[in-house]
Amino acid sequence: MKALPHLLKKEFRQIRRNKAMLPIIFIMPFVQLLILVNAADFEIRNIRIAFEDADRSKASQQLIARFTSSPYFNVLGMVNSATEGLSLLDRDKVTVVLRIPNGFERQLQSNHHTTLALDINGIDGQAAGLSRAYVGSIVREFQASITSRGQVGRGQASSGIDERYWYNSDLEYRNMMLPGLLVLLVTMVGLFLTSMNIVREIEMGTIEQINVTPIRKYEFIIGKLLPFWIIGLLELALGLTIGVLVYSIPIVGSVWLLFLFAMLYLPVIMGMGLIVSSITKTQQQAMFVSWFLMVIFLLMSGLFTPIENMPQWAQSITLFNPTAYFIKVVRLVLLKGSSLMDVAHEFGVITLFSIVMTTIAVLAYRKRVA
Amino acid sequence: MDDFVIIARDLTRKFGDFVAVDSISFNVERGEIFGFLGANGAGKTTAMRMMCGLLMPTSGEIHVAGYNVKNETDAVKKSIGYMSQRFSLYNDLSVQENIDFYGGIYGLSKSTLKQRSQQLLDELDLHQDRSRLVSDLPLGIKQRLAFSTALIHDPSIVFLDEPTSGVDPLTRRQFWEMIQSAAERGITVLITTHYLDEAEYCQRISIMVDGRLAAYDTPENVRSTYSARTMDEVFLKITRKSS
Repeated sequence: MKALPHLLKKEFRQIRRNKAMLPIIFIMPFVQLLILVNAADFEIRNIRIAFEDADRSKASQQLIARFTSSPYFNVLGMVNSATEGLSLLDRDKVTVVLRIPNGFERQLQSNHHTTLALDINGIDGQAAGLSRAYVGSIVREFQASITSRGQVGRGQASSGIDERYWYNSDLEYRNMMLPGLLVLLVTMVGLFLTSMNIVREIEMGTIEQINVTPIRKYEFIIGKLLPFWIIGLLELALGLTIGVLVYSIPIVGSVWLLFLFAMLYLPVIMGMGLIVSSITKTQQQAMFVSWFLMVIFLLMSGLFTPIENMPQWAQSITLFNPTAYFIKVVRLVLLKGSSLMDVAHEFGVITLFSIVMTTIAVLAYRKRVA
Repeated sequence: MDDFVIIARDLTRKFGDFVAVDSISFNVERGEIFGFLGANGAGKTTAMRMMCGLLMPTSGEIHVAGYNVKNETDAVKKSIGYMSQRFSLYNDLSVQENIDFYGGIYGLSKSTLKQRSQQLLDELDLHQDRSRLVSDLPLGIKQRLAFSTALIHDPSIVFLDEPTSGVDPLTRRQFWEMIQSAAERGITVLITTHYLDEAEYCQRISIMVDGRLAAYDTPENVRSTYSARTMDEVFLKITRKSS
């Protein structure tokens, strides 16, 4: 182990001198957290809507008025027929057309089931889904208001969809996004910097020189991984600080628990980086393979799309995605204040991953270089 | 036998069906400058990599500095220095940092390292430039620094793989002066080169052709065997014979 301090000193010197790496390490958290948290906002406002009001009643006017006063809708006017509505959709003048049938008020008053027709531009599936939910929500509010005013007899309760979820305030939305971006940061450092750093030695040819010295393979690997393990944890600290200072995200649970998880998570990702470096010869290849892995980890992590919404087979895949566990733990600990007992399962899994992955990685690396 | 620091017996290395080194046997004496000559792809580098423990032989025996390279790799590594074909210093570290790093990983004590590094900077006249990044140095200086750094732990044998390729004639000359002074200090030097005129600097040479040793003797004897005046002539005769 006598060589290790020398290896570490060399790595930190090289990282400090690397004019591409150093700014990325310290500017990346700011860019991601200051820009992405706001930009990656799935809420939509000003949904362009037109109405076909075949009822022309007091009730239908009240319903339309609710849309007019909503910040989420931009009422563009009325159409006289379904064809006219579709033509507006075709020409992309509106994204939603709500058709109120003749007899709407009468049916409401006699407490019959009433049906509204909704035409939505479905090109952007996510936006379409949100538009539908927003419309549904306003309609239910309307329904509830007339029910409570006694205009119709008491009967159906409003639907079971949680409206507050969709009308999540921007602040709460950031609270979901920011912890996820912290995970993204840590993962990027672990995967990219590790794999590229090792491949760089191979690319430059300096690995040959290292291999004729009495340095042990494990010393070399520790010397390569430890600096990025430390940097990864620093990034997490930096990101959390920005989160607290700029967004005042709540830290309900224990920060130490979070760091403990990150300490176990990083070896999994860095092990992956080591494997990438064992199967590639240039930094370019390492970058490409890392990106491929990164995209899978992220899209299957629950950061952008809830895992519960994925098909069953995809949900099974996420069970092997370390990033999914980290995202879950970060959100649970930061926002909900979960304790070690609450996330014991996730800790168990990540510890297992950590052991398995580093073992495979070290074996793969030794095999290549020997 | 005691005076042989490298003993190779039927050393062979295959890459799939390709036989890069085909059953070569040779001995290198202590303090000798031994040249491995041959065209590109003749197997010089592969042979050298096996001697350094970077590559395992497919078959055959190889002893370096009294240790079996196959199972005493660590002991071998402590007794040898190596300068690879590709530049082996860190361009983004300074002269002093490179010296300290390599000295450190060979386990030199602080005082020994300090003394060696003084001596090295004296020899190369690099005291002024010790804080400069290696990337900013001229190629010739870089190569000489790489050679000195390969000797930082005072090895008994040093392996030099094409150290003079791509450097100007003056630097080549200076480089050979350094090699000769190392040999005078008792360090055995094993060098590969495709500059045939450099053979004359070696005490003994071997010429590799297609993985085999086509010649193995002192430069004078090799020339007289092939009744040639220059090493170029020898080389042409050997390669024509084999093709």
